[in-house]
Amino acid sequence: MADLTTVEDVTVIATESLSKRYPRVTALDRLSVDIGPGVTGLVGANGAGKSTLIKILLGLSPATEGRAEVLGLDVATRGAAIREQVGYMPEHDCLPPDVSATELVVHMARMSGLPPTAARERTADTLRHVGLYEERYRPIGGYSTGMKQRVKLAQALVHDPKLVFLDEPTNGLDPVGRDEMLGLIRRVYTDFGISVLVTSHLLGELERTCDHVVVVDGGTLLRSSSTTDFTRTTTTLAVEVTDSDTHPDGTRALHEALDARGVQVHDGSALPGAGRVLLLTAAGEETYDLVRDAVADLGLGLVRMEQRRHQIAEVFKDEEHTAGSAEAAGTQGKEAVGHGG
Amino acid sequence: MAVEHPLAPPGEESRIHNIGYRGYDGPRLGRAYIRRALYSQSLRGAYGLGRSAKSKVLPMLLFVVMCVPALIMVAVAVATKMKDLPVDYTRYALIMQAVISLFVAAQAPQSVSRDLRFKTVPLYFSRPLETSDYVRAKYAAMASAVFLLTAVPLLVLYVGALLAKLDFADQTKGFAQGLVSVALLSLLFAGIGLVIAAVTPRRGFGIAAVIAVFVITYGAVSTLQAIAGVQDSDSVGLWFGLFSPVTLISGVQTAFLGASNSFPEIEGPTAAQGVVFLLVTLGLIAGSYGLLIRRYRKAAL
Repeated sequence: MADLTTVEDVTVIATESLSKRYPRVTALDRLSVDIGPGVTGLVGANGAGKSTLIKILLGLSPATEGRAEVLGLDVATRGAAIREQVGYMPEHDCLPPDVSATELVVHMARMSGLPPTAARERTADTLRHVGLYEERYRPIGGYSTGMKQRVKLAQALVHDPKLVFLDEPTNGLDPVGRDEMLGLIRRVYTDFGISVLVTSHLLGELERTCDHVVVVDGGTLLRSSSTTDFTRTTTTLAVEVTDSDTHPDGTRALHEALDARGVQVHDGSALPGAGRVLLLTAAGEETYDLVRDAVADLGLGLVRMEQRRHQIAEVFKDEEHTAGSAEAAGTQGKEAVGHGG
Repeated sequence: MAVEHPLAPPGEESRIHNIGYRGYDGPRLGRAYIRRALYSQSLRGAYGLGRSAKSKVLPMLLFVVMCVPALIMVAVAVATKMKDLPVDYTRYALIMQAVISLFVAAQAPQSVSRDLRFKTVPLYFSRPLETSDYVRAKYAAMASAVFLLTAVPLLVLYVGALLAKLDFADQTKGFAQGLVSVALLSLLFAGIGLVIAAVTPRRGFGIAAVIAVFVITYGAVSTLQAIAGVQDSDSVGLWFGLFSPVTLISGVQTAFLGASNSFPEIEGPTAAQGVVFLLVTLGLIAGSYGLLIRRYRKAAL
C-alpha cells in the first residue's frame, strides 16, 4: 500500500487473515488474498462467505480478527472514505417500484455526495451506458428483471467509483440476459476503467468475464489465480448424435469410432442426459473435423457439438479440497448443460 | 469484440453510442451535504413534492384543513373587532390533533417504511453516510413537516391578530409560546410515528398502528382522567396524562407555556408536576431517536 500514485500497480483489495465469526457460524476463516485491478470473480457456493466479505470490505461490518484494505484504506477506520470511492450492487431486489430509474439514480448520486447538476448529468450518462433509454422515465415497478439489474448496476456506477462490488449480478436472468450482463460487467473495466469484484456461485460464467478468480468455500480461500491459469487445460467438447437403423446406439458407435481415431472420449455419465452425451478432449481445430467425419461416416445425425464451460470446475474437482468444492463443480456441470439447450 | 455495444437496441439510438465513458472529476461533497440532501428530499416528500400527483392530495388536503379554521377565526376576529382571538395559540394544535395524527400516520410510513420494505436501505449505507446521518435527516424532515403543519396556522392567527389591532406584546408572547409548544409536539409526534413506521414495513399496517397509538391512547387517557376527576382523585387522573402524546404536550404547556388547562374534570399540573411531563416528553423524543438508530443498524445490509 506504499504508493497510491500509480493506481495500476496498486493492490485494489488486500485481506490478511480476515475472520468473521458469528455465535454459531464462522463466515470467514483467516482469509488472506490480494486482488489487483481488473475484473475479479469471487466464487463460492451459497453461504461460502462472499456477502460477508463484501460487507467487511465496505466497512459496514467489523471483522472478528485480521485486517483488510480497499484502495489502500483500512476498512476498520476509513469506511466512509472507502464507500465514497466504491460502488455496491446488492444481490437482492432493492428498488422502490413507484419511482423512475432516473429519479432513483439521481437521488443515489446525491447520496454519494455529487452536487445536483452533476448528479443529473452522471445519471443520464450512466443509464445510457448500462443500456436503459426511454424506459428510464417510467416507474421501475414495470421493468423486467434484466432492466432492474441494470438500474442496480447504474446506481453502483453513477458516482464514478474506482471499484465496484457486484453481488450475484446475473441472478434471476435468462441465458441471454446473463450473457448481456456479463458483457456489460466486462465493459465496466475495459471501457470505464472501473475495477470489478463480482460474486457468483457459478464458476463457468466467470471464466470469460474475469481476469482473475478467487474461490472461497466455508469462509476459507480455495484458490486464487488468473483465469488463464484456470483454462489453460484443453477444451472439452460435448457431442450428441442420433441413432440410425444400422447403429441403434449411435452414441456407442461414435464412441468406438472416435476411440479408433485416437480421440480421448469420456461418457457424460455424471451429467444429466447421461448416455446421450459424449465428452471429448479437443486438441485443436482438427478434432472438430474428426468428429464431423466420424459422424458422417457412420451416417448419424449430429444433434449438437459444443464447448463445455466447466473447465474451471474440473480444475477444482481434481483438487478435491473439500466436499464443498465438488458440490460447486456439480452445480456447474448442471449449469453447463442448462446452457447447452 | 464482435459487437461493440451488445446492449444497444437497433435503430436511431445507435448514433449516441459512440460517446465513450466519461469519468467524474468534480467535487464529492461530504456527509453534511448528503444529510441536507436527504433532509430536503424527505421534507418535500412528506408533502408529496417530487412525487406523483396522487401523493400530493392527502398531505396538501390536511394542510388546508389545518389552516382553514385559523383563517375563519381571524376573519371573524377582524370583522367583529373582538378583543381577543377565540382560541389560544397553545390550544389550536390540541383542537386539531386528529388532523395532525392523520398526517403523521400517512407520511411517516411513506418516509421510512418504503426504504425498509423495498430493501433500499443498503443502497444508502453502502455510501459515505452513516446510520446516524440517515436517521437524523429522516427525523428532522418528519419533525419539520409536522412543524410546518402546526406552525403555519399559528402564523395565520398571529398575523390576523395584528391586523385586528389586538395587543402586540400579548399576542407576540402567546404566539411564541405556541411555537415552542408545537415544536415540542412536532418532535414527539414525528419520533413516535417514525419508530412505529420503521417496525411495521407494510405501509397499511404502519398507518393503522400510528393512528391507533395516537387516537386510542388519547381516548383512553381522556376517559380515565374524566372518571378520576368525577371521583375526586385528581392526582391519579393527572398522571394518566403521561400515557398519551397529546396529553403530555398539554401537560407541559399548561405548566410552563401559559396554556389553559385542557384536561377534562381535573386540575392541570403544577410547575413541579410539569417537570415530570417535560422529562417524559424529552425521554420519549430521545428514546425514539435511539430506537430508530438501532432499527437501522440492524437493517444496514
